Amino acid sequence: MSAGMSAMDGGAATATPRVGVVTFPGSLDDRDAALAVRAAGAEPVALWHGDDDLAGVDAVVLPGGFSYGDYLRAGAIARFSPMVATIVAAAADGLPVLGICNGFQVLCEAGLLPGALTRNVGLHFVCRDQRLRVETATTAWTRDYQRGDEIVIPIKHGEGRYVASPDVLAELAAEDRVVLRYVGGNPNGSAVDIASVCDARRTVVGLMPHPEHAVDGLTGAGVDGLPMFTSVLSGLLSNV
Amino acid sequence: MLKPEILDPQGQAVLSALPRLGVSGIVGVRQGKRFELELADGVEPDGAVLARVEHLAATLLANPVIEDYEVRVERTADSGAR
Repeated sequence: MSAGMSAMDGGAATATPRVGVVTFPGSLDDRDAALAVRAAGAEPVALWHGDDDLAGVDAVVLPGGFSYGDYLRAGAIARFSPMVATIVAAAADGLPVLGICNGFQVLCEAGLLPGALTRNVGLHFVCRDQRLRVETATTAWTRDYQRGDEIVIPIKHGEGRYVASPDVLAELAAEDRVVLRYVGGNPNGSAVDIASVCDARRTVVGLMPHPEHAVDGLTGAGVDGLPMFTSVLSGLLSNV
Repeated sequence: MLKPEILDPQGQAVLSALPRLGVSGIVGVRQGKRFELELADGVEPDGAVLARVEHLAATLLANPVIEDYEVRVERTADSGAR
């Protein structure tokens, strides 16, 4: 798997893209997400859940964790924060948004992505390196992969079982909107092994695995997560 | 409540504990949530108030993608409504 560091060499003449990382009370992986954004060659910008100003960022990451303690349902309260309201509006205008784990749950609760994430089958919290297959490279966050790539990225969640109505699942399949699937065993009981989906514009992606924990060979399973962050930069630079 | 077609592993865990208590004849357990909203003195659970509670239920308290809900009014002993 090539790590796709091209974003660091290319586009030197243009301004460095700025990628916001939202911190909610209870976010855990906002710092790793910011490190991943920097490793990909962009400037991370810290955004606070209580603000409603995107500070002019070019893309946004909703990180993992347990926003507002995940009381009620995972992501349910974060969905009503001022920052998420701003992001929902900006996403309608094409702002690329990546929701990782809890961020995926927030995007589903906010209605930016279809379906919902429920308690894992077997009720166990799963924490392990997970094999995944890239099912589409035509999204804002996966264009530096190739369809069919098998990658290893850590998962760590208790509520990652993706569910959606049969109609929605058929629509996702027909529109090629399943972004990642679990391979080598479904860790949580997700419908048709879904680990990640995107919206109809293909700019909003949610996934349960943690690509921000797989950007540095020194720590973790490898660097298979890095192309997710370079992908959005490639898109931003090519749009300039 | 989770919709009938949504797997409820928590309910299944409860179901599997029943034989240990010597309970038989129960073939299914579904686990749900109940919220009690207490109205302020003088606020009556009329149409407008109920409509707001219904909106709350559909947006915050329940996720209609996976859950069904119902809103019920109960009077408490001190004549307040909830």
